[in-house]
Amino acid sequence: MMHAETAPPGAAAPVFYQTDEEGHHSEGSTMLGFWLYLMSDCLIFATLFATYGVLGRSYAAGPTPKELFDLPGIAVNTAMLLFSSITYGFAMLEMDRDRVKQTQIWLAVTGLFGAAFVFLEIREFVHLFHEGAPPWRSAFLSSFYTLVSTHGLHVSMGILWLIVLMVQVRKHGLIVENKRRLMCLSMFWHFLDLIWIGVFTVVYLMGVLE
Amino acid sequence: MSADAHNLAGPAGHGHEAHAHSEGGHGSIQSYLTGFVLSVILTVIPFWLVMGNVLDNSLVTTLVILALGGVQMVVHVVYFLHMSTKSEGGWTFMALIFTITLVVIMLAGSVWVMYHLNHNMMPMDAHDVMNNAR
Repeated sequence: MMHAETAPPGAAAPVFYQTDEEGHHSEGSTMLGFWLYLMSDCLIFATLFATYGVLGRSYAAGPTPKELFDLPGIAVNTAMLLFSSITYGFAMLEMDRDRVKQTQIWLAVTGLFGAAFVFLEIREFVHLFHEGAPPWRSAFLSSFYTLVSTHGLHVSMGILWLIVLMVQVRKHGLIVENKRRLMCLSMFWHFLDLIWIGVFTVVYLMGVLE
Repeated sequence: MSADAHNLAGPAGHGHEAHAHSEGGHGSIQSYLTGFVLSVILTVIPFWLVMGNVLDNSLVTTLVILALGGVQMVVHVVYFLHMSTKSEGGWTFMALIFTITLVVIMLAGSVWVMYHLNHNMMPMDAHDVMNNAR
């Protein structure tokens, strides 16, 4: 199927694929492909941000962001994600030096920071439910939960991916394939931190300002 | 999938690109620490502005925190994602520019259109009526 889709009706194509198969799996093309995936993910978040931008002030006589959001808690959340970004960076630097144990330790620290972020977010949601602010209360809350929990779900999947990769590294070491996978997760992880900048700026800080 | 991406990258100089990537692809300790310090500064300032009510004008505060958020996103792209105009032969940068264009059209367009729709269709904002009744 892939062949049928991509191969142009020309003589150049077979030569092209032969070179691709002869060499090891090309890292560059995987990185570019993963980058394109991240860009498409970016569009998903953009639609959710646009939805929030349109509906974020429709309170339906319900609670407003100012009454609901706890900025010190959000600041702690932000710090967790930022720390996890830098520790993942350290893991990548250790990976470059082929030090399995240090890489694993930094990956574990990253996972713990990520888990702390998800835990704090779930606790915030539970708190909001108790405050009488579930998603069905108003359009503002529907769009808020959709945007923030989509991000939280991404982080949770990132943690799952991180655990799988730690098992892979433990079993097979820092082989080329595992390095490539870790680099993809690195991009994914930093990308989620980038999205969070938009979330805390637009949703939390601007929400409390109004 | 990899064949698709390979097609995009083009056959010329491909092996060389992959090699360059594995050598200097994910930065140094300096670049990570620079990015981290800048991110901390660019996070602390907006939280401080909002939590401390530093500026009286909330419109100015909004514009400032949006600008700082934008700058921090650039910092992340450069120091954490190690994007440059040259990585992957410029294709990641092209994809990024294309995505930013779409995102700006989508965000600005949605907010603009829906604001005017609200403004034109309703004699009074629905939530104003309800908030006043509360």
